[in-house]
Amino acid sequence: MENQVGDFLVEASGIGVFRGGRWLIHDIDLAVRSGEIVTLIGPNGSGKSTTARTTLGILKPDSGTVRRLPGMTVGYVPQRLHIDRTLPLTVERLMTLTSPLTEAQVLETLEWVEISHLAKAEVQLLSGGEFQRAMLARALARKPDLLVLDEPVQGVDFTGEVALYDLIRRIRDETGCGILLISHDLHIVMAQTDTVVCLNGHVCCHGTPQSVSQNPEYIRLFGRKAAETLAIYRHHHDHVHGVDGHIANTKYVHDPAKHNTINHDKDGPDHA
Amino acid sequence: MLDDFLVRALFAGVGLALITGPLGCFIVWRRMSYFGDTMSHSALLGIALALLLNINMMTGVFTVAALVSVALLLLQRNDALPADALLGILSHSTLAAGLVLVTFMTWVRIDLMGLLFGDILSVTRIDIATVWIGGTVMLGIITFLWRPLLAATVNTELAEAEGLSPGRSRLIFMLLMAAVIAIAMKIVGILLITSLLIIPAATARRFATTPERMAIFASLAGALAVAGGLAGSLRFDTPSGPSIVVAALVLFLASLFASRHRNRVPGQPEQEPL
Repeated sequence: MENQVGDFLVEASGIGVFRGGRWLIHDIDLAVRSGEIVTLIGPNGSGKSTTARTTLGILKPDSGTVRRLPGMTVGYVPQRLHIDRTLPLTVERLMTLTSPLTEAQVLETLEWVEISHLAKAEVQLLSGGEFQRAMLARALARKPDLLVLDEPVQGVDFTGEVALYDLIRRIRDETGCGILLISHDLHIVMAQTDTVVCLNGHVCCHGTPQSVSQNPEYIRLFGRKAAETLAIYRHHHDHVHGVDGHIANTKYVHDPAKHNTINHDKDGPDHA
Repeated sequence: MLDDFLVRALFAGVGLALITGPLGCFIVWRRMSYFGDTMSHSALLGIALALLLNINMMTGVFTVAALVSVALLLLQRNDALPADALLGILSHSTLAAGLVLVTFMTWVRIDLMGLLFGDILSVTRIDIATVWIGGTVMLGIITFLWRPLLAATVNTELAEAEGLSPGRSRLIFMLLMAAVIAIAMKIVGILLITSLLIIPAATARRFATTPERMAIFASLAGALAVAGGLAGSLRFDTPSGPSIVVAALVLFLASLFASRHRNRVPGQPEQEPL
């Protein structure tokens, strides 16, 4: 199973969310299988979080359907989580927030994400990278089938970002879970991503990222470790968006032939 | 022993403090102090309606407080008004409506000061039984729901995504609040109920390293405040509610100095003030 794409964990077809008189997202197809890393990218307000929250069942879709594998365990790392200073919460205690764990399990997971020395630290005093690792450890300790990470590297410096992506890769390789990752970067994604889905209210394009590890230019620019961890995603958009996110040149959108290219094969079941 | 009015008062007050401890922690963590205030102010309307319909006072208070909390949740769904404005409207209008109704009912004799500021010295054995039985049931519910309640406090969506139904815990929490207001009314009075929820929790924060310890410390701080307040009330002939709140405040101020001193221990990092 490890490092192999397996069963469907979650499959959203044609989902749309209608709020405040407009569609936040519409006609989105998305599937995550076990052992697979799917990265969602898109500009601010393009509905990345909305899409992730709908696939998780936090939001109910106003159109389309979401099928989740029954009995699956979900680990969720929300975006920019703020924990009030009035709540005394150590990293150790955070670990058992949603599910009971033994002390050994807590320590083992903290060691895995390399923050076991912070077990007794208050979560509000952690740095951005340490906090994201703690949140990751918390989700990971549940032994999830599906891990959903909403901008896990936001607020983390470049070196920390590379280290976090490396950690996420190891989690996938060692547990075989499926990962839905939301990235704040439009062009640079995690190299191990199996599928990149670019959103802007709808699925603009999707495909596989282009590895940069062989390119000497990038190795010089990022360093060898980073070049192995990061990848470039080249967008293949065939339409233009207006400032409000609407598709400006609509004739392309309604032209099924245009959508039938490899990168826009949203109707097909094979996303990879 | 229960013949002594002071012993009765102490029993009722300590029983109440045990339940306001953990509940108050959630109020502080969830930043719901004003929400709690609004619910407790609506208690007077509950009393007025209970007198009007000739039903049990606690039932009236519980029903109205629960309805107000549901109304708040529904009104917050559409963002026409900011939450604090909504709370202000409901808080003061229910209090005012209650006062007006009570004054209209000239046929009932009612101790308004006792309702607003507490009359712990008139606590009966039935009141003590209500506090302890009700309090035990509430503590049981909180213990049983501790994990989902705490997870939803940290992040609602996280709790939802990981299958802990935060909506259900929120509703139960509101009902617990309404219940605690109903039993606390006689002891600290409508205007001061929230202080018995917030001040002990804030006092406990400085010494607690886990949410669970904070809840226990808050209960202890509340019980101490009740004892101190009652002693002061007897000594200086002051109303029980305000005396208990003043005692709680003294404990809180003491905790500020105590924790500052504790942080000066060499080798320990200076803790930032809250």
